[in-house]
Amino acid sequence: MALEKSSQNSSELELLSFRLAEEEYSVDIMSVREIRGWTRATPLPHAPHHVRGVINLRGTVLPVVDLSVRLGMEPVEGDARNVIIVVQVGTQTAGLLVNAVSDILALPRTELQPPPELAADCAHSFIEALTIVDGRMIRVLDLAAVLPDDNAEAA
Amino acid sequence: MATDPMAEIRASFFIECEELLESLQDALSDMDEGNQDNETINVVFRAVHSIKGGAGAFGLNALVGFAHRYETVLDELRSGRLSITPDAMKLFFQAADLLQDQVRAARDGAPPPDGSEPCLVALEALMGGAPKAAEEEEDVSDFQPMGLAFDFGPVDDEAPPARPAWTVRFKPSAALYASGNEPLHLLRALGKLGECKTRCEMGALPDLDTLEPEASYFEWISEISGDVTDFDIREVFDFVEDVCEIEITSANTAQATLDMSGLAALEGADSSPFPEAPQVVMPMAEAAPMTRVDEPAPVEQAPLPAPSALAPTPEPAAPVAAAATGGGGREARESGGGAEPQATVRVDLDRIDRLVNLVGELVINQAMLAQSVAEAGLPPNSAVMTGLEAFMMLTRDIQDSVMMIRAQPVKPLFQRMARIVREASAAVGKEVRLKTEGEATEVDKTVIERLADPLTHMIRNSVDHGLETPEKRVAAGKSPEGVITLSAQHRSGRVVIEITDDGAGINRPKVRAKAIEKGLIAPDAQLSDGEIDNLLFLPGFSTADQVSALSGRGVGMDVVRQAIQGLGGRITIHSEPGKGTRFSISLPLTLAVLDGMVVNVANETLVVPLSSILETATLTDEDIRALGPNTNVIHVRGAFVPLYDLGAELGYRAPKSSYAGGIVLLTAQENGTRSALVVDSILEQRQVVIKGLQRSYGHIPGVAAATILGDGQIALILDPADLVSNASGRTRSQSFALAG
Repeated sequence: MALEKSSQNSSELELLSFRLAEEEYSVDIMSVREIRGWTRATPLPHAPHHVRGVINLRGTVLPVVDLSVRLGMEPVEGDARNVIIVVQVGTQTAGLLVNAVSDILALPRTELQPPPELAADCAHSFIEALTIVDGRMIRVLDLAAVLPDDNAEAA
Repeated sequence: MATDPMAEIRASFFIECEELLESLQDALSDMDEGNQDNETINVVFRAVHSIKGGAGAFGLNALVGFAHRYETVLDELRSGRLSITPDAMKLFFQAADLLQDQVRAARDGAPPPDGSEPCLVALEALMGGAPKAAEEEEDVSDFQPMGLAFDFGPVDDEAPPARPAWTVRFKPSAALYASGNEPLHLLRALGKLGECKTRCEMGALPDLDTLEPEASYFEWISEISGDVTDFDIREVFDFVEDVCEIEITSANTAQATLDMSGLAALEGADSSPFPEAPQVVMPMAEAAPMTRVDEPAPVEQAPLPAPSALAPTPEPAAPVAAAATGGGGREARESGGGAEPQATVRVDLDRIDRLVNLVGELVINQAMLAQSVAEAGLPPNSAVMTGLEAFMMLTRDIQDSVMMIRAQPVKPLFQRMARIVREASAAVGKEVRLKTEGEATEVDKTVIERLADPLTHMIRNSVDHGLETPEKRVAAGKSPEGVITLSAQHRSGRVVIEITDDGAGINRPKVRAKAIEKGLIAPDAQLSDGEIDNLLFLPGFSTADQVSALSGRGVGMDVVRQAIQGLGGRITIHSEPGKGTRFSISLPLTLAVLDGMVVNVANETLVVPLSSILETATLTDEDIRALGPNTNVIHVRGAFVPLYDLGAELGYRAPKSSYAGGIVLLTAQENGTRSALVVDSILEQRQVVIKGLQRSYGHIPGVAAATILGDGQIALILDPADLVSNASGRTRSQSFALAG
């Protein structure tokens, strides 16, 4: 927790960037717990489409969100090259299924820009900020919005 | 963790208080059932006394004040000067409840609850009216105002008339040593009372060759001055007075001499120059013969040779020994009074939870190991296989033992309900008796904790709605006293808790009318009796014509049902007009493991709780009958059972066109409803560790939890009852329906 705080307060920000379809996204590295290779998830009945299922994370049941579907794109195929990023937001832990992890970026907080107000795009509400690194646009995800709702009825 | 040692001691005092309150309730119930022997009364007295003692140490004055006044009355009872009447019992129960409130208030640092005064006054009035022996007459009449004057201080705070100096002669018998007491501790405790000079009389010590090693030869004479009463001194020797000789003499008057006959004190008291003193002495003097009742070794036998001196039954020895080691804090140590010699350890619940989790991991790991060994293709009689088998058995044993740590008897819960009944019946003016059965039934601690609220609600309902008024009961030819039975028992891997009243039963026409009035059902709805009863569980349903203080505010049985379902349990009603109503709550034994049948449905692995499966069968075409366009039933053992396709219900696939040759699990619910679930194949039967989904994901209809299988994959554990109640029942594909 202390670390998380310091990263928020400091001017430097570290992002873990990953690929979804052909786009680049990223999350604050402080909320990433680990990165795992693809394992088959057990599907949950009556779950929303973006919930891929649950996997066994060393004895705990971890829900896995197909980030691609969540952001309104085609589902990730789910093969050996795909990875699950285990993230923690508050008390909630979940896995994000992405195509591949690409990089760790360190950049000053000041380089983040709020996303422009745009038409009602499904992915739009999940994006917290935008930045440009080496000429590539990188989206910073709002994890709390992406994760399945705590205690939500899964129907 | 708490860094303040005082806070820790304080916390353990309150835990101890809970135990004492429990034994107090127990003993009171015993007395209520007519078991009014001295030991039972002693347990009651000791519990209150110990609470007072501990509370005094923490300066909880309100609690001490209450406990003291309660104790004073109980002491009268103990000494036989007060007879037990039903009314008195009621007051004792009420006082015990209030004592509990006081303890809780003290624990939470809340201001002491009001309303204890009337009960105390009524209690003390009992003493006034108690039959008394002639020579005690004047003392008792003096006693009463004194009891009131005590209010917020223990006896010892009562200002002594002067600063008398006391001479205490203390001659331990061999039995005192044999029961593990140490005179040094007692003398130290004595020394703490005031300025104290002690010398040892060794005159009786024989020569070495005639010396009996286990006999007692010394006596001590202490002179105490300062702010000390006779009572304080006796308290020091409270637990050893029957295994030693004590003489307490006031320096100026030979005031009280208590030898073991316990009678001299009475005579001494009469000549006392201090009017208060005799009253303090009297209960003690009276108590002496009483204590001896449970101590089989009379004092006359004290200088017995060692073997028989060591022989007294362990029960009476236990509290004495505890008192000796406790030294100054003797009162607090007295807990339980030796009635339960079992040694117990208090453990932080978190540690147990951690252990439970670890054992869960162990079980999963063992399964994974077994699977890889099986895949390695080792011969079945190889050392690895035998070793693995032993390992499996051990794992299972460990798991059972760990689960047992978490399991607790439902008794404390039931005792809380006894109080609810007392309060509720008093509030509505009904005579109600609570009968409890199966108090020793053990249930997981979490289950017990979360059961308290729904049970309270249901008990109140039973008192308020279930039972009739005494007049109506008499008119119906019943005893004016209503009986509510609370029972717990293990039944096929679950715990069933039943609340039965012998009241009028559910008034179905009224329930129906109410439901129509509230718009819960259509006026022309055809409902079976069972369906009408179940209307009680609808949100916002309440039949009470008048909203009483107890119930009828419209939050009721629906909340109860939710709470029970949250525990993985189910609740059912059974009611017979004129005879009464029975609520059955069926709960899982533990929230950690279950025996399940591992099945395969549409290439997904699922676990079905074994407790819900009646039988399994292979379907043939003749078994299946069409019911509606989309639904089928099967004919099993003379009954039609609805057929559900698990794969379709869980959304894994569309309903199949034919189920012939498929495997069906016949499941039964607590209310007797049966249903047939189609699966593709049965893999195995095994114990699985329950992993909650609630916290990580949320509730999924039809799914109780998840587990981790031997291959490390997660499998879902079904909740057949929930599945069926949410099911579409579609077991015929559209094309099939058209073709048929």
